Amino acid sequence: MHALANPARFQRFSARALPWCAGVTAILLLVGLYMAFFVAPPDYQQKETVRIMFVHVPAAWWSMAGYAFLAALGAALLVWKHPLAALMARAAAPVGAAYAATCLITGSFWGRPMWGTWWVWDARLTSMLVLFFLFLGHIALSRAFDSPERGDRAAAILALIGVINLPIIKFSVDWWNTLHQPASVVKLDGPAIHSSILVPLLVMAVAFLMLFITLVMMRTETEIGRRRLEMAALAAE
Amino acid sequence: MTRFRHLVARDLLMVWRRPGDVLLVLAFFLLAASLFPLGVGPEPQVLQRIGPGVLWVAALFAAMLSLDRLFAEDLADGSLEHLALAPLPLELAALAKCLAHWLSGGLPLTLMSPALGLLFGLDASQIAVLAISLLIGTPSLSLLGGLGAALTLGARRGGALTALLVLPLAVPVLIFGVGAVEALAGGAGTTNSLVLLAAFFLVALASTPWAMAAALRQAVE
Repeated sequence: MHALANPARFQRFSARALPWCAGVTAILLLVGLYMAFFVAPPDYQQKETVRIMFVHVPAAWWSMAGYAFLAALGAALLVWKHPLAALMARAAAPVGAAYAATCLITGSFWGRPMWGTWWVWDARLTSMLVLFFLFLGHIALSRAFDSPERGDRAAAILALIGVINLPIIKFSVDWWNTLHQPASVVKLDGPAIHSSILVPLLVMAVAFLMLFITLVMMRTETEIGRRRLEMAALAAE
Repeated sequence: MTRFRHLVARDLLMVWRRPGDVLLVLAFFLLAASLFPLGVGPEPQVLQRIGPGVLWVAALFAAMLSLDRLFAEDLADGSLEHLALAPLPLELAALAKCLAHWLSGGLPLTLMSPALGLLFGLDASQIAVLAISLLIGTPSLSLLGGLGAALTLGARRGGALTALLVLPLAVPVLIFGVGAVEALAGGAGTTNSLVLLAAFFLVALASTPWAMAAALRQAVE
């Protein structure tokens, strides 16, 4: 962690690691998608639409983990003044938001044939929507100031408060739902997941994680470059 | 403690000298709530059904409306820097300002809510629970709102941004607040929701002052 705090050292590290990460991501995505489309059997109830799961579920997992990562970066910035954490948080937030959006959109494509509706105010859906808003708030706040450092700090504080509040939101939404909507939604309690479905799912999950890492690394490099350009422009004035 | 009290008194005095701000918030609350019967139609059953939720959402928006005056003026005239240097810890100063904000916003709103409950045809017990839930819930809104206001101090488009930050965080307050009144209609006990509302307030009370102070320190740096 500390060794990579220096942006120049991070750039040397990522220059070497990035091609590998991108390559592994591409291979895993190809293998995962092939398995998801051709190897995994269609579900006996849900037919072919079950294949949406292989994108939907990893996106949900890593968008939640992405917010925890954002909070960890926020702590690193506020506690240790880790200079790279701010840039990495700037890089990670839009990726996390994109994952949350992917989860919401694929979920509604799945919900239409399965539940007969694009959207239900179900507990899990609602808390994912709130997570998406939290990402948007983080992105907007970090870019709302004339001085980028101020935006980074404010966004870091928001990420930390958000991560405390996230379980509370999740819990409150669950509670609200059980109170008001007694099982009006088709539950997905199919048979326990068979390995023919579980293996592609796990491959896709690792692929999405590697994609997240690759994108964040690329975007962090861009942020470093952008900061340098701004500094150079200021120095030239 | 004296310093804390003085700060609350000062903020209240400032509100008192310019009552327009508070009246505007209350007028907004009244206006927003009374638009719903026009929007969804005047059937009493419908209004009674949606009343608690509408009043809670209107209260949430009204609370957003007054957030910009929480710290922005103090930043503009330099008193925020004095607060940061004063012997009273900035955490407590932020808390004092939130308390003043609640006394001049959340509390009048709560006192006004029974009258609006009548407009929606709520019965006496529902109105009582609604007022109690607002009484317990609105302090959390002042704390979360204070956090949002502190974070966006000096930002571009601060007002809309504050709402984007605060409203998702305030989801539990809304759910438990409306839940208390709804539980009454469903024949269930209201204690659960009210206790959870109080618990949320305590968590906010324990966590937001630190975050607010951290945000304010950056604003005056």
